[in-house]
Amino acid sequence: MTAAPLQQPMTLKKSGLSHTAVFWIGFCVVMAVLIIAPLLLPEFWRRFLTEILIWGLLAMSSDLLIGYTGMVSFGHSAFFGLGMYCAAAALLILHPANLWLAILFGLAGAAGAALFVAYFSTRLRDIYFAITTLIFSQIFYVIIFTWTAVTGGENGLIFSRPHLSIPFIYDARFTSTTMHWFVLAVVTASYLFLRRVTQSPFGMVLQSIRENEARTRAIGYPVERYKIVSVMLSGLFAGLAGVLYAIQNQFVSPTFVYFITSGDTVIFNVIGGIGTLVGPIVGAGFFQLMRELLSRLFGDQFPYLIPLGIIFIAMIILLPQGLLGFARRWLNR
Amino acid sequence: MDAVSHFLHAIPVDLIIIQTVNGIVTGLILALIASGLTLIFGILDVVNFAHGELFMLGAYVGVIVVAATGSFWLGLIASALIVAILGAALQIVTLRPLIGRDPLNTILVTFGISLVLQNYALWQFGPVQRKIPEPFSAHFTLFYLQYPWYRIMIAALSAAIIGGFWLFLKYSKFGIWIRATTQDRVMAQAMGIPVPLVYTGVFALGAGMAAASGVLFGPLGGVNHTMGLDWVLKAFIVVVVGGMGNLGGSIAAAIFISLLEAYAAIWLDPSQAVIVSFVALILTLLFRPTGLFVATPK
Repeated sequence: MTAAPLQQPMTLKKSGLSHTAVFWIGFCVVMAVLIIAPLLLPEFWRRFLTEILIWGLLAMSSDLLIGYTGMVSFGHSAFFGLGMYCAAAALLILHPANLWLAILFGLAGAAGAALFVAYFSTRLRDIYFAITTLIFSQIFYVIIFTWTAVTGGENGLIFSRPHLSIPFIYDARFTSTTMHWFVLAVVTASYLFLRRVTQSPFGMVLQSIRENEARTRAIGYPVERYKIVSVMLSGLFAGLAGVLYAIQNQFVSPTFVYFITSGDTVIFNVIGGIGTLVGPIVGAGFFQLMRELLSRLFGDQFPYLIPLGIIFIAMIILLPQGLLGFARRWLNR
Repeated sequence: MDAVSHFLHAIPVDLIIIQTVNGIVTGLILALIASGLTLIFGILDVVNFAHGELFMLGAYVGVIVVAATGSFWLGLIASALIVAILGAALQIVTLRPLIGRDPLNTILVTFGISLVLQNYALWQFGPVQRKIPEPFSAHFTLFYLQYPWYRIMIAALSAAIIGGFWLFLKYSKFGIWIRATTQDRVMAQAMGIPVPLVYTGVFALGAGMAAASGVLFGPLGGVNHTMGLDWVLKAFIVVVVGGMGNLGGSIAAAIFISLLEAYAAIWLDPSQAVIVSFVALILTLLFRPTGLFVATPK
């Protein structure tokens, strides 16, 4: 899963700007577009964009494992789902429903699940890790699906959105525009945080585990502990994505805990480019746009996953670095 | 305490015997799938995520051929052959370019294949459950049940295919090539064994066996497009519990896991009984990560 050495983009050499300046200018431009977008887009596309950001956050959390620690998780739906269901629990039990408590509940649920999964699965490497995470997510799925009294079983749970409230300052109902801004703020903060993590000494250790686990251990790093923390961190952000999705759609259902969600997460990563953090968001956007496009062109019944699956296979064989792979080095500097 | 005494009174001997028979029948079908999976892993170093979809596709081909010709046996043979050819083609197109790359790439590619195949089946055959008619409908009496002979026949047939496969590995030229490649890939190549051909052949063999088990399972449960994931998960559990790449271990583990699930289904809802095998997997990973049915590595 390693990227080939890459040249720096040409624009850098021409403009003579420092890497940091170019990065932050690019960042601000993308942010500006995403902030203005909901004001210009019609309702459907506004929601569409918000959902892409949420799926992107889920994929980004999994990128910390796939792209940086070198472990492919096929069980991210568990963290996503636990975040969702715990947020739903907070919204249904507490009166009045509080946004921040919902987030807190969701994060706690996801962290619990992540600790459980991490404790067992990080003892294993490569494909064993992938299989174990997959099986753990199925355990959570079966529990949620069959525990009808608490989780609503197959039908899931329905609830209403909490207010967007900042204590003493602001309190209002979510509109689709403020929802978008809220999601954008959370996703951006998560991105900056994860970027900082991957560039920190901790992140360097994760990357050295990816490159050569035995050597990292030989140098004296407690590899298992680093892996557990990275799985937990990843699970935490996946849970955050789950909370956002629950608030956005006002319902939770076991389908989101099912394996399909985990599979989609991996697809977003591979298409967008692993080890870039923003790549997975681009991958999510590409996937959702293609899906929308295909179902508009050929009708709702069209099996959009066939062409998308073929694109996915072709990309692994021909372009394993993904759409943003060319910028991988640059984004991580 | 009430629950305990109730439990003790209610040990249902008849149910346990019935479930033992059921467990062995499904265990042998599972062993047929898992032995292909473990062989592919042992030789190609590929965790074939699409194995469940090959099983599912095999069942569908069985449905079509049996409906067209009326012969179950023709369906079984045709399905194994067609899916084996499909498997060979898939290996050549998607897995051969990945030789020498990180093994995680192969799990991603086979995941992509499973996605495409599953959605193809949904698109082609629709979400309606199909069924393969039983080849014969004789029954014998097992307690209060009319137990179909067909199920016993499936178990025997699965065992026969596995046995034949074992003989094939042991005595045929291609089987010896396969074993040589498992032992030492580079040396095998140096000795003039066409390793790429062995790879393709093994994948085709595994695919054919998965398809055959799909047809055998067809009359037992229904045939639908989502059946692949359930079975590939079970097969993964079996292969890990039995020890990756270990054929005998996989067969033992398949029967072990199926029996566990069958007994659990006496008291639990069948959808919850799956958790028992998950727990078996977790315990295996914790205490014997190399597999339950292999000698402790020195």
